[in-house]
Amino acid sequence: MTIEERPATATETARQGYELTRWERRFIGGHLIIAITALAIGSLIGPLQALEFSNVDLYQYLEPVLKSYYQGLTLHGVLNALVWTTFFIVGFTNLTTIKGLGRPLSNPKVNQVGFITMIVGLVMAAVPMLLNQATVLYTFYPPLEASWAFYCGLTLVVVGSWIEGLGFYLTLRAWRRDNRGVRSPFIALAGVINAAMWQIATLGIAVEMLTMLIPWSFGITDATDPQLARTYFWFTGHPLVYFWLLPAYVSWYGMLPKQAGGKLFSDSLARLSFWMFLLVSVPVGFHHQFVDPGIPQVWKWIHALLTYAVFFPSMLTAFTVIASLEYAARRRGGTGLIGWVRALPWDDPSVTAQLLAGILFMFGGIGGLTNASYNINLVIHNTAWVPGHFHLTVATAVTLSFIGITYWLVPMLMGKQLWGRKIAVAQSWTWFVGMVIFSNAMHMLGLLGAPRRTPLGEALYVPDEWNGHLLRVSIGGTILLVAVLMYLLVMIKTVRGPKVEAALVPQMPVAESLRDPQLTPVWLDRFKPWLIAAGVLLLLSYGPQLIDQIVHMNLNAPGTSFRPW
Amino acid sequence: MSTELDERPSGGAAEPPLTMGIDPWEKNWMRVSIALLVIFAIAITIAGFAGGFQLPGPESELDPRTVTQSGPWAQPGLRQIGDGQFEAYVLAQTWNFAPRELVVPVGAEVDIYVTSADLQHGFKITDTNVNMMVVPGQVSKLSFTFDDIGEFPYICTEYCGQGHAAMYGTVKVVSEADYAALTTDTATETSDSSATQTTENQG
Repeated sequence: MTIEERPATATETARQGYELTRWERRFIGGHLIIAITALAIGSLIGPLQALEFSNVDLYQYLEPVLKSYYQGLTLHGVLNALVWTTFFIVGFTNLTTIKGLGRPLSNPKVNQVGFITMIVGLVMAAVPMLLNQATVLYTFYPPLEASWAFYCGLTLVVVGSWIEGLGFYLTLRAWRRDNRGVRSPFIALAGVINAAMWQIATLGIAVEMLTMLIPWSFGITDATDPQLARTYFWFTGHPLVYFWLLPAYVSWYGMLPKQAGGKLFSDSLARLSFWMFLLVSVPVGFHHQFVDPGIPQVWKWIHALLTYAVFFPSMLTAFTVIASLEYAARRRGGTGLIGWVRALPWDDPSVTAQLLAGILFMFGGIGGLTNASYNINLVIHNTAWVPGHFHLTVATAVTLSFIGITYWLVPMLMGKQLWGRKIAVAQSWTWFVGMVIFSNAMHMLGLLGAPRRTPLGEALYVPDEWNGHLLRVSIGGTILLVAVLMYLLVMIKTVRGPKVEAALVPQMPVAESLRDPQLTPVWLDRFKPWLIAAGVLLLLSYGPQLIDQIVHMNLNAPGTSFRPW
Repeated sequence: MSTELDERPSGGAAEPPLTMGIDPWEKNWMRVSIALLVIFAIAITIAGFAGGFQLPGPESELDPRTVTQSGPWAQPGLRQIGDGQFEAYVLAQTWNFAPRELVVPVGAEVDIYVTSADLQHGFKITDTNVNMMVVPGQVSKLSFTFDDIGEFPYICTEYCGQGHAAMYGTVKVVSEADYAALTTDTATETSDSSATQTTENQG
């Protein structure tokens, strides 16, 4: 196939020339400091779980700080899956909005209020977690009852992210008013689509918190409806994973091609896949509830089909991202059907991290199809397979991509150079190797029937045939610990390094599309039709069952009379 | 030029006839993706609704606060309802399953009903397709025919507090002869611990 190049248009060049102000750099940096700190603490706890599988119980030595495996697992899950991701994503979306549009936030006060709300919420949730008063893991499954501060705090984190989302939307709207008829720049539009999807998706958890968990944890009501709570939770729980993933996609579509020396293959399809995520991310939650008693099988089946529909935009992404990379590699002299892969800039830590993240994501996607399948899900539901799966997705596709982004973003914000490029490249490979071992072993354990969320080292029913896999979980987890320490070393050294002249500071990579974005049809640039379609689909796929469960709500489950952990 | 502000779906005259800027390869990839997903969807639909496949669904509701006082879970356990047909009522309660053990003859068809008296739990019988969430207020039901002799642990698969990893029980599938001996023993001696001992020795 022949590809014609086009020069960057004047508006594109002007947008990319926008320099972040000092306030903007500090504001985005503030999000990143919290995100990376959460990643550091959460990831250091991870190996404690992995080692427990081989009967190496380090928790006994940490008794004053961490009371149990489950408290450690709660911190690991909340800090890594909720705090690291959410703070990074909101900070990163500030960046893609500002730099993508080439203008400051239209209402910076809105974003500031949102950020402060998130911080207040985080502190509020962290205190009970650290005091062992919220050892409920990161799902909100009543009647397992955490401290009210945990529920209120996490609610505030979500509300803060909504407020910042409003700030992004207002900024995009202001840009559109000044640029009528011009297609919105991809990275800015994509960030706002993700924020919109997040606002729709988190309605489930908001209702669960406000109508059930918070009144109950304050003692205003004395019991809960656990089945309805699960339905609310999973309304948010699955789109949550796309909220994590889409910013990585922004980078894979909109930045990685530039870093690899090429362009975005198709602007239209990049947008189409984001709109499809807005449409089909949410009405899929029952596939997490396939084995729930209180939901009719037909609704589970409908959501299974809709979950397959979400696979479609991921297939589009696979094509467009790989095509963009191949284009870049061939420009760099790569040849061969597969051999061009070698011509990619594997010496660039940011590129390596994202390429390795993408490779493992393919396996994560295939495993995800298994999870979504109405029938074979039964084999792996609630088993170690599931954390094995999401360590490929959120803990690699997302986390390793975000790590790759910080390799240029942190130096860029601070006017510095990345310290230890070779160590940073090795860090990604270490993560990759550790995760392959860890995740494969977890998948195998799941197929053999090992439950998730369980300290298998102390479990009484573990047969000998699990032992090899349990050992591999520990080995993989230990290698991942090394990778985390390497990352922290690179970050700390970079932050503490000297400022360098502007020419040596990394620039934000923004990939232009091969074809002029103006050729993208206008319906791929409009919120209204997609939001209406998303609303209609949501009503059809969730409405009847949700109304039925709410009408028949029965608050009769008070839980235990003692604290069960 | 992008500054021309063209609102029409595909603008510039110089452009090749690609709609939306989609490459032919890309279009074929989309076709393949859709075909693949349709095949998957048909496959899970057939596999999910033919051949006796079951998932838990709405069975009945109850009050978890009184479930241990009256009704079938007041005395959880196995009841024979026909020739080779059984019902098992299992109660999940932090951090135990009652009963701890279900002994059935090989080939037994068992309707398994599980509910919880307190928190959410899970119920998965190893090496079988029995896998259910146990939700207070709801009854989880699946049926299973035990065609292999052996011991099959049922494990709590949902975090339920400090004792979660110790929460399990065992289905013991024994031969017809062992089962007959076992039931006669319990009938005559009233001591079922010795009966269990006998089966273990023979098994």
